[in-house]
Amino acid sequence: MVKTCLDNPCTRYGAEPGGGAPTKAKITFVDSHGEARTVEGETGSTVMETARRNDIPEIAAECGGACACATCHVYVDEAWLEKTGERSQMEEDMLDFAFDVQPNSRLCCQIVVKPELDGLVVRTPAQQG
Amino acid sequence: MSNRNSELIAVSDVIETDVVIVGAGPAGLFAVFELGLLDVRAHVIDILPRAGGQCSELYPEKPIYDIPGLPIVTGQELTDNLLKQTEPFHPTFHFGEMVETVQAIGTDEKPAFVVGTDSGKKFKARAVIVAAGGGSFQPKKPPIPGVEAYEHKSVFYAVRRMEDFRDKHVVIVGGGDSALDWTLNLQPIAKSLTLVHRRDAFRAAPHSVKAMHDLVAEGKVALRLGQITQATGADGQLSSVTLKGNDGSETELVCERMMPFFGLTMKLGPVAEWGLNLHENLVPVDTEKFETNHKGIFAVGDINAYPGKLKLILCGFHEAALAAQRVHHYVYPDKKLLFQYTTSSTNLQKKLGVGHSAAS
Repeated sequence: MVKTCLDNPCTRYGAEPGGGAPTKAKITFVDSHGEARTVEGETGSTVMETARRNDIPEIAAECGGACACATCHVYVDEAWLEKTGERSQMEEDMLDFAFDVQPNSRLCCQIVVKPELDGLVVRTPAQQG
Repeated sequence: MSNRNSELIAVSDVIETDVVIVGAGPAGLFAVFELGLLDVRAHVIDILPRAGGQCSELYPEKPIYDIPGLPIVTGQELTDNLLKQTEPFHPTFHFGEMVETVQAIGTDEKPAFVVGTDSGKKFKARAVIVAAGGGSFQPKKPPIPGVEAYEHKSVFYAVRRMEDFRDKHVVIVGGGDSALDWTLNLQPIAKSLTLVHRRDAFRAAPHSVKAMHDLVAEGKVALRLGQITQATGADGQLSSVTLKGNDGSETELVCERMMPFFGLTMKLGPVAEWGLNLHENLVPVDTEKFETNHKGIFAVGDINAYPGKLKLILCGFHEAALAAQRVHHYVYPDKKLLFQYTTSSTNLQKKLGVGHSAAS
């Protein structure tokens, strides 16, 4: 039985930000040179967190996920645009400060991993700033 | 350019102080406090227009939970409190300036430095504390191939002299407060002014947005939606830029001055040129004094590296306290340092303006 946050396996130090969710989704990051890296993200974590935990290059995430820096900018593969959903107003505002914004641009700290995103493909820009 | 400046500035223009602190983030501000307790005066230089570093630039409203004794505090609150803590020591802040050069003029036993900023100020100090975090916040560049060739000649990320824009065809890119403010300020003196933004929405003060729309309606400002994809010109001087509209069309705009406003990003910057050892863009230090390979130059906070280093604000505080001890030795080589507590030392309390009578 869980007594405190220290006993909860979902919040154990080093657990996936998704809280140890049983569902994982494969995410492929394609860098600006065309090299693809496929990693597993846990439901409930963000695509940015997944990238950072797996040392994906070309994602700076200077602000650590506060939607305050526009340096976790990615291009979502056309096939996944619908499933990743709409940009929020805050994200839309922040994209004004991203490098080479395209219609499929997103800040990946604002994309939450969920089972429907299994197989998601995103591309990283040549520069984050 | 900095060489020419140094020749032009007379010796009397050099600001003499004990320590120059590079960076006004939490580590730099707390260094002012710890140095002040030891009678060491400081000047603090930061490229941003205000104190706080990443705390105020990246997450002013975001709560921080791991500052000892403060269960929850926002980046801005922490900055304000640290500034208050430095008040008794009257540090001098130089905001909006970047330290470009650090030149050693002393010896290992008796270090001394001349520190120069990008606006031509010179400081003479016994020690330098580098508290530069992730480096300096520098403007993000626009996605234009070869834009570097035009920078500081006809592409500017900030306005230093408005006269540079008089009677010029000016293109401003962006949709935030900087873009809007400079659209309003430069329109009266520019030959033409075009504001380019990726969408028809602006995250700026509503009255600036309205004033801009009024100027567009009067035909005094041209508003174009899209982004600039190419620059044309010679010898660093722009003649035109290519606007790619949101509909995919490409238009050539006459342009002699361009100002892109895409916010800031952290770059190591000139720290790399001060003769300090670097390891993966961090400055290695010892863990006794937090001194670099160069005697008299210290590094505290996120910018330093040592075995076991954690990039936490609280570590920066500890590092600043220990560095201050060694700085005291350089500033007062003949004085013995007495370890004292602020809770009990009348001497320290007097400095802080909270003497015994005030406390009782």
